[in-house]
Amino acid sequence: MRTETKLTILAIAMFGFGYALVPLYDVFCEITGLNGKTGTIANTEAAQLEVDQERLVTVEFDTNVNSELPWSFLAQAHKMKVHPGELTDAVFVIENNSDQPVVAQAVPSVAPAQASLFFNKTECFCFTQQMLAPRERKEMTVRFVVDPELPKKISTLTLSYTYFKVPGSDRVVLDPGVVDEERI
Amino acid sequence: MSEAVIHNGHHDHHDHKPYGIGRWLFSTNHKDIGTMYLVFALIMFFVGGAMAMVIRAELFQPGLQFVNPLFFNSMTTIHALVMIFGAVMPAGVGLANWMIPMMIGSPDMALPRLNNMSFWILPFAFTLLLSTFFMPGGAPAGGWTMYPPLVLQLGDGFPFLIFAIHFLGISSILGAINIIATVFNMRAPGMTFMKLPLFVWTWIITAFLLIATMPVLAGSVTMLLTDKFFGTSFFSAAGGGDPVMFQHVFWFFGHPEVYILILPAFGIVSQIIPAFARKPLFGYESMVYATASIAFLSFFVWAHHMFTVGMPLTGELFFMYATMSIAVPTGVKIFNWVATMWKGSMTFETPMLFAVSFVVLFSIGGFTGLMMGITPVDFQYHDTYFIVAHFHYVLVPGAIFALMAGVYFWLPKWTGHMYDERLGKIHFWLSAIFVNMLFFPQHFLGLAGMPRRIPDYNVQFTEWNMVSSIGGFAFGLSQLILVWVVIKCVRGGQKATDQVWEGAHGLEWTLPSPPPFHSFTTPPQVTDATAHS
Amino acid sequence: MFFKKLKECLTGITALWLMAWTGAVHAEWGLNLTRGVTPISHEVYDLHMLILWVVTIIGIGVFSVMFWSILHHRKSKGAVSAKFHHSTTAEIVWTIIPILILVGMAIPATKTLIKMEQTGDADMTIKVTGYQWKWKYDYMDDGLSFFSVLAQDSNDARQPGSNIDLNSIDHYLLDVDQPIVLPINKKIRILTTANDVIHAWWVPALGWKRDAIPGFINDNWIIIEEPGTYRGQCAELCGKDHGFMPIVVKAVPEEEYVAWVKKMKMAKAAAAASGDRDFSKDELMASGKELYSKNCAVCHMAEGQGIPGTFPALAGSAIATTPEGLPDHIDRILHGKNLMPPFGEQLSDADIAAVVTYERNAWGNDTGDVVQPKDIKAAR
Repeated sequence: MRTETKLTILAIAMFGFGYALVPLYDVFCEITGLNGKTGTIANTEAAQLEVDQERLVTVEFDTNVNSELPWSFLAQAHKMKVHPGELTDAVFVIENNSDQPVVAQAVPSVAPAQASLFFNKTECFCFTQQMLAPRERKEMTVRFVVDPELPKKISTLTLSYTYFKVPGSDRVVLDPGVVDEERI
Repeated sequence: MSEAVIHNGHHDHHDHKPYGIGRWLFSTNHKDIGTMYLVFALIMFFVGGAMAMVIRAELFQPGLQFVNPLFFNSMTTIHALVMIFGAVMPAGVGLANWMIPMMIGSPDMALPRLNNMSFWILPFAFTLLLSTFFMPGGAPAGGWTMYPPLVLQLGDGFPFLIFAIHFLGISSILGAINIIATVFNMRAPGMTFMKLPLFVWTWIITAFLLIATMPVLAGSVTMLLTDKFFGTSFFSAAGGGDPVMFQHVFWFFGHPEVYILILPAFGIVSQIIPAFARKPLFGYESMVYATASIAFLSFFVWAHHMFTVGMPLTGELFFMYATMSIAVPTGVKIFNWVATMWKGSMTFETPMLFAVSFVVLFSIGGFTGLMMGITPVDFQYHDTYFIVAHFHYVLVPGAIFALMAGVYFWLPKWTGHMYDERLGKIHFWLSAIFVNMLFFPQHFLGLAGMPRRIPDYNVQFTEWNMVSSIGGFAFGLSQLILVWVVIKCVRGGQKATDQVWEGAHGLEWTLPSPPPFHSFTTPPQVTDATAHS
Repeated sequence: MFFKKLKECLTGITALWLMAWTGAVHAEWGLNLTRGVTPISHEVYDLHMLILWVVTIIGIGVFSVMFWSILHHRKSKGAVSAKFHHSTTAEIVWTIIPILILVGMAIPATKTLIKMEQTGDADMTIKVTGYQWKWKYDYMDDGLSFFSVLAQDSNDARQPGSNIDLNSIDHYLLDVDQPIVLPINKKIRILTTANDVIHAWWVPALGWKRDAIPGFINDNWIIIEEPGTYRGQCAELCGKDHGFMPIVVKAVPEEEYVAWVKKMKMAKAAAAASGDRDFSKDELMASGKELYSKNCAVCHMAEGQGIPGTFPALAGSAIATTPEGLPDHIDRILHGKNLMPPFGEQLSDADIAAVVTYERNAWGNDTGDVVQPKDIKAAR
């Protein structure tokens, strides 16, 4: 094969690699906790974790609402002390303050980033689209467990959620039926 | 030799050389295309430089005197894009076009029509980019790094920015393919890889970097485009995407890009220092390996551009160690250049002056680069004038000084006339003094707490900004001397010999000055004696 | 001749470099990194000085050799070039020595970095949220929350053609309307995030900067050891007014901090109460004018003329002059649209009522409309 043909193939392959970086990045983040996203595990798996009664970890809950979204979003308790390995529920309240139905979804983030590898949820409302009717108020629960393997140096971690309006959801919202079928 | 022929910069009575505008528009000749690249780079150097003057004028004193903040941001953004993609890269490609066929003993580049296309894409791409100044919403103002979500706030100019980047990428990739194809297939008999002049070596490595990274940049800006117009959310947190991922993908391109700018400069300096020390390059093999290791390592250090985004400790440690390790091969290069000078028989014509000052001033940029590689301290340096000083030290008295050294070094070969040495020296001394006056105070500004990319500042930063601005205006004006020297040299002057410089070795110096339209029509035989300029 | 010039040049550069060190002595010249007021900032400063010394010594060493060579190995001095072009020993030596130096620098750097990551066991947590172009501070434990924007005097002076003497302004561009007040000698965890684009929160005296990214949370910690006022700026390009969103941290003894929290809470209660009463048009216009220049004039400009193509004009626009435009007008301010950020969260009903009234009666928009806090409350 001619040199230039090989090089052209290489260039095209590298363009593809640029896109491959997206899933690769997710895998990389899952392994290293690079982007502070949390893991999800099954209930059964969580039940097998040994509870470390000796140790208490402070978990802070932080809530944010992107300013394009007319909702309020609060954690019932802003801070909890938990034993690693123990399944714990945290309750959040969302409320639509507008007179229109709105679709939004929550994006989680954990600080310090290193801790995100050890913060697992069995039940979570993140990354799922949520529709609230006008003035509707709803309680949301996160069931989580801190992995007993959490490095000893980490004693406080923050679970933060930001609610964003789903881009382009205005059109869909006019007909809630469409939301159910197409979006959820 | 008639005056007209001299004006065209060539003399060869046997070739059927096309004349008029068609000669340039449809050119497939490596020398003509090289000339066009160099002239284009020089024009863009002044366009980008004019923007730098606007920036320095606004920053001359606190308060907003000349431009509004949004236009100021456009200036810093477009200045960077123009200088990187319009001035430094095309100048490097121009020198490669001119010199590589002559250095390896071939008649022309391997793919002459592709060569023509890769050049003519450039003016087209920059027309797209610069036309955004006249659009609603203005020119791109989110920084040349185009971080989302900010870049997505740009008005009508956004798709133009993205397509301009695509075209620039295509141009660079085509140029790179051509250079590799030429070196791999068109070397003269006996010209083995380990006999290639270092300039050729650095360009092969640069070309591979281009082919490996430009498509990644194209991919990432395409994702920006689809995020903005087609509802994808690669980088939008609202849709479950990740704005930081853009930075990772961008700098996966962006760090090798830094070496794309500087490796050809290393090559030029490695040609010039031996010629004026009249002594072979010290440690040729280790120079080749050091260049290759720098290029290889450049793929593993990208995240040092984004230490402050908040990575886990392990990530920050990895990227800190990887970054520090680049100092080793870079150090080897500096030591080898010094060892080449050691016990030489040196003279200091303009190319050598630029090359020596490159070694010193590039090293200052290297030192501050090492400082910023130390993650905990980078948390203070990041996005301040300290980094502005750092990358301008490696790019202006670094890359651009080396390119100028190359132009002075090879100008007599190209035109057949010696340039005006006195003017050249004046150009050098003014440039060297004012470039330091321009950029050295920026270290202080950064350390004292001035962030980059701000149009206005607290009065405590006034003095050093004034010094820097005065240095900037003087440096900018000094560059007009270069234009005068080049024009004067093209028009006439003392006749240059074939070898031009007493200590110059290599195939390019065996050709007449100026060389024939097609460099080597019969391939020369390369022996140990004629290799290693 | 050449050497002399080069030597002058080099001496000049070295002199400047040396000035960088002595900057600690001449702190008011602002030549060097600040030593800061936190344990981390001290370590960072020491690391900075260590590396600066190391690279300076290496630089002086290498370039002394080079300039000695330039001086002595010149053709004009009759030097004849040697023929050597290789020395394995030398090349190994100058590979190994830099590696050792780098390891020597990496060890303290790693230690400091590990310390910076120890954000646990903090006495309190502050959340910093970046907005275009202001900061919001949430005291997560004390339940306080407020926005902090560029101080009015700086904001007036920075307008093109203001002709205000910048030296007459205290801390031009480095002052805010409401500084963040923090207690000294307490471990404070600082979380950073953003609402629209990426910002970076940086106060040099605290020893670090950290990006504020929408949808992400980053953490850091500080212990401020000395009371005082520490100033910083946004350090990540965030659009038009990136240069105009300063940070002011006021560190005070704990008792003072407790008193401040109490005062802030009382002020908040008072503001909430004001939403229940009606105001006169003059009252609304006066406070509206002030709020407009603070929050709106950055884009819509002082005379409501906007920036064509980017930010629409309000003077003479349908939304601010016609009765049909009124609901949209209020809605736009409460909830935002496209580049227009929503202000519902940061401005009270009374504030928004004042801004709307002002915009509908200023710059020739003489609608005579008076909008009251209760109208805003109804529209929320």
